[in-house]
Amino acid sequence: MFEILASFGLALELITGGDPELAGIVGLSLELSLLASVAGAAIGLPLGALVGVGRFPGRRAVIVFLNALLGLPSVVVGLVAYLLLSRAGPLGSMGILFTPAAIVIAQTVLVAPIVAALARQVCEDAWREYEEQLASLGVSRLRAVPTILWDARFSLLTVALAGFGRASSEVGAVMIVGGNIDGVTRVMTTAIALETSKGDLPLALALGIVLIAVVLAVNAGAYAIREWSARRHG
Amino acid sequence: MAERAPFALRARELTVVLGGVRALDRLDLFLEPGLRSVVLGPNGAGKSVLLRTLHGLLRPASGSLAWDGPGGRPPRQAMVFQRPVMLRRSALANVSYALAVNGVPEPQRSRRAAEALERMGLSAIASRPARVLSGGEQQRLALARAWSLGPEVLFLDEPTSSLDPGATAEIERAIGAMAAEGTRIVMTTHNLGQARRLADEIVFLHAGRVTERTAADRFFAQPGSHEASLFLQGELPWK
Repeated sequence: MFEILASFGLALELITGGDPELAGIVGLSLELSLLASVAGAAIGLPLGALVGVGRFPGRRAVIVFLNALLGLPSVVVGLVAYLLLSRAGPLGSMGILFTPAAIVIAQTVLVAPIVAALARQVCEDAWREYEEQLASLGVSRLRAVPTILWDARFSLLTVALAGFGRASSEVGAVMIVGGNIDGVTRVMTTAIALETSKGDLPLALALGIVLIAVVLAVNAGAYAIREWSARRHG
Repeated sequence: MAERAPFALRARELTVVLGGVRALDRLDLFLEPGLRSVVLGPNGAGKSVLLRTLHGLLRPASGSLAWDGPGGRPPRQAMVFQRPVMLRRSALANVSYALAVNGVPEPQRSRRAAEALERMGLSAIASRPARVLSGGEQQRLALARAWSLGPEVLFLDEPTSSLDPGATAEIERAIGAMAAEGTRIVMTTHNLGQARRLADEIVFLHAGRVTERTAADRFFAQPGSHEASLFLQGELPWK
């Protein structure tokens, strides 16, 4: 118990002291997670809206598949990405294994299905409300997709955030394709895993505190935006 | 604004099945051009289903539906629902959206949207988010949106059922004005006073069929069908 308290003290010192190593790891983590969640949203939001609003053969199967992807084991995604990106793999010529780009790709693969599955539900609910009115105005289902995406924008912000949460808390895939190289591909989660196994609990704990604080801050911001929008736009 | 052409509608043996129930049962109906028709009938008679089917939102299981007008084209139509559905954008943008999806280019789009709001007395709230407007304002906005499309036929499904008397009067005025411009009005209501004020003819619906189509003044004095007289007695017990 005393050790944990001591670690907390050291962690606070590291954070308030602006430790450059800590700052570097945190900065890289945020940058990569942000890139991956933007990419994942760019793929997942339109995909989710299309499935939510569209009517096509095999739609149910697609929904079941998307929902199943929610539980995609990240280590397996990491392994597959590793095989694809490794020198002997089909994408090996890109030479991006053990680079930040590989981390962003793996995280995007994990984020996109979450965003798509949640966006599908949000857009389907919105469509149920708008369907008759839009059909009456002569709006086709395909034309309704961007309309629904825009009208559900505040709910979809929360969805994108869930994607950011997954990206920033990811360890397994990031460890495999990034390699946890100091100063290059070491992010908060892999650093925590490493420092813990080395026994450097203060640094691990400091990183953990920062990680939680980031997630909290981002969610609080999104909550505030939703509240404001509900009051302003109904 | 495009000229409004007169259209007649003929529905034959129209059957619509919803959830295994025949909501419309081999319904025959002829609507002449130029009149304001109010569809009356008890709950579950199929009034809303009839309007949605005529508007094309529901597909009949059998029967035929034909518009008769100039050039053999179908009429421009719009529908106002009991509960207006507004997009999460400004009042003006809601009207512009309808015009945009119907292929009206700028600058006519903005001009006509602004004109539509002015017609319904909504210019002052053009930039307010549509979904936080009052019920009456939202329904007027729905009418403005419908009007902007220059409909030759306008369907209204209980447009004032959740509004207070003041808002109801405004909506009725707007409907009357659109009818005077040549828009064919087909509406449902549970408000018999409103039916008297707005209807040229009453279409009475019972159990998915039209039991009569009668000039409004004659309908209220002496309905032609047994179901309609029972309905009027039930709705107006003091008579």
